Amino acid sequence: MNFQELSSVRPDLAFIAHWVAARSHVLDVGCGDGAMMHYLQTDKACSGYGIEIADDKLLESARRGINVIQQDMEKGLAIFGDNSFDTVLCLQSLQMMQNVEALLRDIVRVGAEAIVSFPNFAYWPHRVALARGRMPVSKTLPYQWYDTPNVRCATIFDFEELADECGLEVLERVALAEGGRPVSFLPNLRGSVAVFRLRRKERPATRP
Amino acid sequence: MHFAEPLRLQSGAQLADYTLMYETYGVLNADKSNAVLVCHALNASHHVAGVYADEPKKVGWWDNMVGPGKPLDTDRFFVIGVNNLGSCFGSTGPMHANPATGTPYGAAFPVMTVEDWVASQARLADALGIDQFAAVMGGSLGGMQALAWSIMYPLRLRNCVVIASTPKLTAQNIAFNDVARQAILSDPHYHGGDFYAHGVVPKNGLRVARMVGHITYLSDDDMAEKFGRKLRNAAESNDYKFDFGIDFEIESYLRYQGDKFSEYFDANTYLLITKALDYFDPARACDGDLERALADTRADFFIASFTTDWRFSPERSREIVEALVCNRRCVSYAEIDAPHGHDAFLLDDARYMNMVRAWYQRIWDGLDRTTTENA
Repeated sequence: MNFQELSSVRPDLAFIAHWVAARSHVLDVGCGDGAMMHYLQTDKACSGYGIEIADDKLLESARRGINVIQQDMEKGLAIFGDNSFDTVLCLQSLQMMQNVEALLRDIVRVGAEAIVSFPNFAYWPHRVALARGRMPVSKTLPYQWYDTPNVRCATIFDFEELADECGLEVLERVALAEGGRPVSFLPNLRGSVAVFRLRRKERPATRP
Repeated sequence: MHFAEPLRLQSGAQLADYTLMYETYGVLNADKSNAVLVCHALNASHHVAGVYADEPKKVGWWDNMVGPGKPLDTDRFFVIGVNNLGSCFGSTGPMHANPATGTPYGAAFPVMTVEDWVASQARLADALGIDQFAAVMGGSLGGMQALAWSIMYPLRLRNCVVIASTPKLTAQNIAFNDVARQAILSDPHYHGGDFYAHGVVPKNGLRVARMVGHITYLSDDDMAEKFGRKLRNAAESNDYKFDFGIDFEIESYLRYQGDKFSEYFDANTYLLITKALDYFDPARACDGDLERALADTRADFFIASFTTDWRFSPERSREIVEALVCNRRCVSYAEIDAPHGHDAFLLDDARYMNMVRAWYQRIWDGLDRTTTENA
């Protein structure tokens, strides 16, 4: 898969791929159909693994020829050692977790850097829907309230707070519009997807 | 194929000479790069796939996996099934004459390890001119052999496929094996392993051994669904018999399985194979550190387990995956949510079969096809 192919199937992934250095060792937590790992392997000579729980996605990943490990990420990343990856990706999956905080801490434990993305609940069409008294349904939140796998709703501001509490340094923070284009003016209002590049702070965070 | 050179075994004993029965499917390509070795589990043989012309009912034990158009496609790969030493399907075993005495080995047949089998298989590969397998594959005990291949001969296989297996048995596994062995050893017809000379077979021991084993291959749910508390011949009478005969369907099933098994399997072979299972523990040489034991492996790995397999549970497969990941090996892992317990590795499950098929597609895509297609 080359960059153009990735851009056409998943423009949000194409933007994020810029942040992954060539030849790095990558873990993609919740790798879905494996498009991102496949791109990183073929175009950027990266190595590593995808983690996926769903049988159908696992098979799609395997058919792309990436290394994929079937595992429930809710149970954490215990099989991976500290700092064993250059970059850990967790793209559009975190909002499906019960234990967001525990997984986030595990992600930055196993990776020198983490890239996390999630649907921004404060995106203006979502605010409009709520103002009209309805749960938002959009391209990034395409589910009805009763059948959504997204059990956590967060905004860009909310996530920054959690990152700080977990002792993480935000290296980059970008809001993407629906076409995958970055939004710099009023990102928490105009961005439909939030993307953070994170790492552990040099000194451990002071505990409350 | 006969091997005249003695085989030195892990125990220190040696086999003066031996024969290996093997079967092949498909065509070996010109550069001999499409060979796949399939290793068998406890009671299987070299007859992996298809049927013999004169025995149309004897279908190979992994016929749903191996064959033309199957997940391991014999239109693409040259597949070798080999019967392990000590087994009872043609390769040298305890029922054959010991060249030193002229009488059957019996209990004197040396106890073999998974590593000994792999060493003997490597000689078969040498004889067939195969320097490197496209894959070595096996389920259960066969998976142990595939794993041992990756450790003992890292450069002789490009892929290692380990299904429903384990890097070592648990105490519970060993306990079940010992119950099976005790059943055989305490059968008066066992005669210290020399029952051949007495013209008898320790059928009762074998029967019980198989019954115990069979229970561990099925899941509790699967058994409940298949048999429940159904009474045998419930159509005729739904009353208990108040004796020690067969009341329940499950009793009838297990006895039938035990009877069938004791007709064709060798008691000494059962003892030998369960010991090989018990001894397998490649991490032992590295102070129990599986990561170190797998450090020199070079193959790409496909590991699969089944959620209801309590004999070789998913946790055991995950240990292998973890050790491989720590070594940065290429590894994919599928944990199939199948209801059939350990036996699931022999059964059709679309998720399982599709994953194996995808893996062999990956191997096929990696083959140097210019030479393959000219073959």
